[in-house]
Amino acid sequence: MLVSVSARAMGMDSATTSETSSLRKTALNALHRRLGAKMVNFGGWDMPVEYPSSGGLIAEHKAVRGNVGVFDVSHMGDIRIRSGKKPGGALEAVQHITMNDASRLAIGQAQYSAMLYPEGTFVDDVIVHRLGEDDYLLVINAGTREKDINWVRENTRGIDCVVEDLSDAYSQLAIQGPRAAEVVQKLTDAELSGLKVYWFTHATVCGLKNRLLARTGYTGEDGFEIYVPSDPATSERVWNQVIEAGREFAIVPCGLGARNTLRLESKMALYGHEISDKINVWEAGLERYCKMEKGDFIGRAALERSKAAGLKRTLVGLEMIDRGIARDEYCCSNGAGEHIGVVTSGSPSPTLGKNIALAYVPPTYSAAGTILYVEIRGQNYKAQVVRTPFYKRQKKAAAPQASGR
Amino acid sequence: MAYPKSYRYTKEHEWIEMKGDLATIGITDHAQHELGDVVFVELPKPGAKIEAGKSFGTVESVKAVSEIYAPASGEVIEANGELQNKPETINNAPHGAGWLIKVRLTNAKGISDLMDAAAYEAYIAEKGKETSA
Repeated sequence: MLVSVSARAMGMDSATTSETSSLRKTALNALHRRLGAKMVNFGGWDMPVEYPSSGGLIAEHKAVRGNVGVFDVSHMGDIRIRSGKKPGGALEAVQHITMNDASRLAIGQAQYSAMLYPEGTFVDDVIVHRLGEDDYLLVINAGTREKDINWVRENTRGIDCVVEDLSDAYSQLAIQGPRAAEVVQKLTDAELSGLKVYWFTHATVCGLKNRLLARTGYTGEDGFEIYVPSDPATSERVWNQVIEAGREFAIVPCGLGARNTLRLESKMALYGHEISDKINVWEAGLERYCKMEKGDFIGRAALERSKAAGLKRTLVGLEMIDRGIARDEYCCSNGAGEHIGVVTSGSPSPTLGKNIALAYVPPTYSAAGTILYVEIRGQNYKAQVVRTPFYKRQKKAAAPQASGR
Repeated sequence: MAYPKSYRYTKEHEWIEMKGDLATIGITDHAQHELGDVVFVELPKPGAKIEAGKSFGTVESVKAVSEIYAPASGEVIEANGELQNKPETINNAPHGAGWLIKVRLTNAKGISDLMDAAAYEAYIAEKGKETSA
């Protein structure tokens, strides 16, 4: 058995001796190891993939769907953009470098968006938070932190704004699941019933004043993300208070393994898989978050052209019919045996009890019910195109089915 | 979990139990722990030949696919059918009910080169030290 392939599906490799020391660590790294978490290299970070003490990946996944779970997502990066001498510079910068319309954001509101290359392909996907009149926070992916910050600096050079990398200043915890609000409510003076999905507030959290508390997540469930100072003592204290507050709801620590299956069931994009510098906005099916009418932004012209040219491939959901698990980078073919596309993410779905995948295929194969084949270790396994998201939570009120993290 | 003294172990974390020229093969407790929840198993059919050091099947968890390598050469007599519907048996009883295949060995040479339980435990302890360093 070759355990070292473990978690390759998520761009992870089991941490081995030589590299463990060079990997970056969040402030909660020692705590994860004390909890006995299985650690992997995720984009250069030494991160927990699952906690045997929580019952493992499937138990963690089900805890989030049924009750509540907590994730350390401190590896995510944070870029703050403020106006310079005159008002308006921050908005001008954010509008220029992201595809969604940040002018629609009220203070205290967030939106899913993305930064694009001039080709209309992805630098990264981001959540843009409007902190103040002339003050924005972009939450970015861990593996793309340096690239993103350099890209933001370069492309805002001519704009009157101040760009700050705050990635190392915060520990970020995600508390996710139908009971998340009850857990977090115990820890804050903010009135959470008044906080809508994709809105945030600054409140006292775990006794810490003025902390960013957002109703966001990457699981397809209700949930919150809190940002606290990144020293280990404070981070551990907050983590422990969350665990304590969640005890009555059977909260469990959750790793990146469950995070991946949760986001996959909800069809949320993962950088390097569904979105990358080779894939454009239309192909990824993220047009809902791309506001062509807002004015010019980087990538817009190319998107205009590619829209006129028509789609060559599109992202579809697959459900395996034959017994087999489609994995990232496996090939798809049609009934005639012709290669037609590739799987970007694939896994058993703990919620559905089926093997699911996302794949890029030509639009002619995108209708629900279309039969195609996934090549698994040299053999073709039958699959069918299904509607996505694979899983959608039952909601009291309609909330955006956002592809956030 | 204890590693049975009568088994022999590979560096790739398979175990083999010999009874004359008949052998049972499975993956170790360490292996199942590293993999996590096993959800799918692919095994050769009776009559298939396996060759020492070559892959004869796969065990999949939610997040990973792992090849299983034959500790010895032989012909498959039986594959564990229970694993089709209850792959988690590998997690629950890796050294017992979670066995993978039974094999008639064509060549028992090389088996003595495999690790005994004490050597295997020392081997995984050493690996554990490396990764938590």
